[in-house]
Amino acid sequence: MKNTAAMVEVQVGAARVLVRVPAGSSVAAALAQQPPGCTRLSVSGQWRAPLCGMGVCHECRVLINGRERLACQTVCEDGMHITTSSAQPAGTT
Amino acid sequence: MTRTTPTRCDLLIIGAGPAGMAAALAAAGSGMRIAVVDDNPAPGGQIWRDGPGVQLPPLARQHRRALARHTNIEILCGTRVVGLGERASTGDAASLILENATRGWTQHASRLILCTGARELLLPFPGWTLPGVTGAGGLQALIKAGLNVRDQRIVVAGTGPLLLAAASTARKAGAQVLRVAEMASWGALAAFAAQLVRWPAKAWQAPTLLHPGLRANAHVLEALGSTQVKAVRLQRGNTVEQLACERIACGFGLVPNTHLGQMLGCILGERSGLQVDALMQTTVPGIYAAGECTGFGGSERALVQGAIAGHAAAGESAAAQALQHPLARWNAFADALHRHFPLRAEALAALPRPDTFVCRCEDVAHGALQARSSWIDAKLHTRCGMGACQGRICGAAAQVLYGWAPQPARHLLSPARIATLADAGSEPTHESVPRI
Repeated sequence: MKNTAAMVEVQVGAARVLVRVPAGSSVAAALAQQPPGCTRLSVSGQWRAPLCGMGVCHECRVLINGRERLACQTVCEDGMHITTSSAQPAGTT
Repeated sequence: MTRTTPTRCDLLIIGAGPAGMAAALAAAGSGMRIAVVDDNPAPGGQIWRDGPGVQLPPLARQHRRALARHTNIEILCGTRVVGLGERASTGDAASLILENATRGWTQHASRLILCTGARELLLPFPGWTLPGVTGAGGLQALIKAGLNVRDQRIVVAGTGPLLLAAASTARKAGAQVLRVAEMASWGALAAFAAQLVRWPAKAWQAPTLLHPGLRANAHVLEALGSTQVKAVRLQRGNTVEQLACERIACGFGLVPNTHLGQMLGCILGERSGLQVDALMQTTVPGIYAAGECTGFGGSERALVQGAIAGHAAAGESAAAQALQHPLARWNAFADALHRHFPLRAEALAALPRPDTFVCRCEDVAHGALQARSSWIDAKLHTRCGMGACQGRICGAAAQVLYGWAPQPARHLLSPARIATLADAGSEPTHESVPRI
């Protein structure tokens, strides 16, 4: 039977946050629960977030269970561990 | 239970959007062993992208059910083509290195249909790297995949019918769409709308998409904010409008995804798409193309092209020929799209400032690129286009900004794991690879 929600752990630096999303949600959707949903630091140190939404631009690459994957093309699974690219908070403003 | 995916099939289809689905279904009756590869989590492409934020239209559900009924069709989602593999035999149309979340392998096929779709044309403007700026179709895809935009203020900008579709998706998801800034003139929009009666299915959709915030002759100037979007500045005719918002969804039309086809030696035809004949054959024997990668024209055209390609690849040329009439009809719709939403390149080229990044992967600024003479010159001197997206975004932008002709893609097509290349290199000694 299909679950109605998935619980994933988002790690940003040392901070870990549990995020609950509707079943079938992308990792990008889970990250956006901490606005603005940053994914990575660019080579010159800018925070970036998903841009194309369809697996082309690679702005949304994050570590998922230790492996680099695209947040917009990956569906959340219960217990998934997501790490954004730096020690700063994903929701940093 | 562990199932195995053969590394050899009769027909390999790249892309499970409308074109790829129609191609697989058309070819299925022949009994060919068919594999459909798609890098999205589920079949449907972008227009029929599934997720918690979407109610799939009946036609999409029909196609997915039909695909599931055929035992000779294998759908490999979450799988992307990373490059060309070694051909195992001369009868192969192609051998492609594939990678999913867990493994990589070389897939050999006697026939290949490219249904690689299109990506959005995303153009640089000051502030476009701020979190909160997405493509227009990009925002739509993110919302379908569960992005929560409830009560967010959103400005949609750019050009093309996709803007209204994106605004409609955002509004249904509870967002407040403040403005839809369409670069084309009211005259062009009216002329396009007047033509829609020729395609009743499209004319019927149109009123449901109309948005009270739609403004013609309007385009984005700048996204404001320090670490995320706080506001947008828009040019509206002779005046500048500033709106506070959380998101800016900005797209300038579609760019056919031709990199794989070009890498395989296929020649480009009209509208920057892969060149195909009436049976959807590309210029390379055994390789067909259908849908937006042949030059964008909408999902109805993609469905017809896909069916023609599927029949043709299965050797059923009479069935393929029988679809020429609907193809001509939807080709005419594609013509209308291209006629009424032309890019105003001179206005768009004036948007980036010297310090605006054009290449977002390598953070290469407009000022550094203006001094370069060509795409290759820019790559060699600035690393523009050499990052993770392999120039998919900035290459198309550089064509608009600087008039640089896009270069065919080089290996690899996308970032890949070392293990994938090692595994692919060990083929074809492996008969099959296990699939979880």
